[in-house]
Amino acid sequence: MNKQTLAATTAASPSPPSKLRLPRAAWGLLLPLLALLAAEVGVRSGAIPDNLLPAPSEIATTIAELARHGLAGHVLASTVRVAIGFAGGALLAIVLGAAVGLNRTAEALLDPTFQALRAIPSLAWVPLLLLWLGIDEAPKLVLIGIGAFFPVYMGVASGIRDVDRKLIDAARLYRLSRFALARRVLLPAALPAIFTGLRNGLSLAWMFMVAAELIAASQGLGYLLSDGRETSRADIVLAAIVLLALLGKASDSLMRRLENRLLAWRDSYAPS
Amino acid sequence: MTTLLDINVHEKSYGPRRVLHNLQLQLRQGEIVSLIGASGCGKSSLLSIVAGLDADFRGKVLLDGLPLDGVHADIGLIFQEPRLFPWLTVAQNIAFGLGAGGEHDPRVAALLEEVGLQGHAASLPKQLSGGQAQRAAIARGMFGQPRILLLDEPFSAVDAFTRMKLQELLATVAARHGLTVLLVTHDIDEALYLSDRIVMLDTRAGPPRGHYDVTQPRPHTRAPAAQAALKDSILAELHAAHAI
Repeated sequence: MNKQTLAATTAASPSPPSKLRLPRAAWGLLLPLLALLAAEVGVRSGAIPDNLLPAPSEIATTIAELARHGLAGHVLASTVRVAIGFAGGALLAIVLGAAVGLNRTAEALLDPTFQALRAIPSLAWVPLLLLWLGIDEAPKLVLIGIGAFFPVYMGVASGIRDVDRKLIDAARLYRLSRFALARRVLLPAALPAIFTGLRNGLSLAWMFMVAAELIAASQGLGYLLSDGRETSRADIVLAAIVLLALLGKASDSLMRRLENRLLAWRDSYAPS
Repeated sequence: MTTLLDINVHEKSYGPRRVLHNLQLQLRQGEIVSLIGASGCGKSSLLSIVAGLDADFRGKVLLDGLPLDGVHADIGLIFQEPRLFPWLTVAQNIAFGLGAGGEHDPRVAALLEEVGLQGHAASLPKQLSGGQAQRAAIARGMFGQPRILLLDEPFSAVDAFTRMKLQELLATVAARHGLTVLLVTHDIDEALYLSDRIVMLDTRAGPPRGHYDVTQPRPHTRAPAAQAALKDSILAELHAAHAI
């Protein structure tokens, strides 16, 4: 087939059938929207008792009502607790995780203890923290910090330990000091694992925040959950759950954007 | 020519397995020597020892008659894979030895041009082809202006055409800078094309099984008829050593 014939054939051929093309973000909304729709239909048709599962439209009304009566204060209180607790826990985890990843003695000294502490459920810490720190902000922040600590610690320590030995050999040719090797090679190479730990730690920080606020708080989304349970208001409980999901997703998206920005060098699999 | 590098390894073992034993090898200034032999015969171990990356052996390596103790600025090493630091640009990789800001050193631009990577200074390693990445690795190995360049099967992971181009690049760079080169390769044609001398390691740890001088002056041509007999005798010896 010569060029002219090929061009003519191409021009005459019909355009391929258009496929359903949704923005990537829209795909993520599909499942929640379907669940909301099913719940709405189920409650309105009477198939689901509305005292157990209020209709999504009712939950939206509750959120709007709460917004007029101090919801922002609850959201802010929880967000600030998570921010402070996560920052403290993650910072300590980065320092100790780096020490354990970089130094065999530190690993032998610290890692067995941390692995044992990691297995303790979040609620087991609560009585001890209340005994030690009272019922003010301190125990809540420490509990959130504990939640954030272990995933970040694991990410940093294992990330450094798993750095490709070949890269380290390449760096050793430059007679770097131990500190320079850690700063210029080990930490950058471990950054993907560190970010995985940070994202997991942030997610756990939200969970531990709820545990902390359920027990002793007068403000926050955990308090709203507790309040909704005590007053048998399933709509408030679900409103708080929805807000927790949205805040958790938003904070993870922020962390993911930071990760994508700092790890733009990664040559990783990106499914089409 | 005077001896620049004098390698004398009495023993190198990995646990109970001895890979090098009573191996002596001298490299003269400006000479290109290829090491060939079966997989696992200790070629790469020998390069690690000479590069100063492996101190766990009995023996000594002399540079200009002085014993080497660890990594030395006069000795560069290029690995089988480029081993570029993926978070650094090509220029930052080349000037890694200088640290932050080293990419602005004028030697970087000169080396980029020399290895044919103009315009790739700000590229990340993931944006390079295999051949380009190995060119960057060669530039990085050259940045510290070493007198000796060690290469561990540096072109084995690239396609045949790229390999030929990289071989020509290495020959040009070595001649221009008067480099002394110790090249580990499994490719006899590559060894014949690049080397002044080929040393064959035995399958069992011990002295080299054979030394072959490539009499043709550099720059060599590819697969000249005059070297057919030499290639045949190397192949026959590799068969005898059960290396192939």
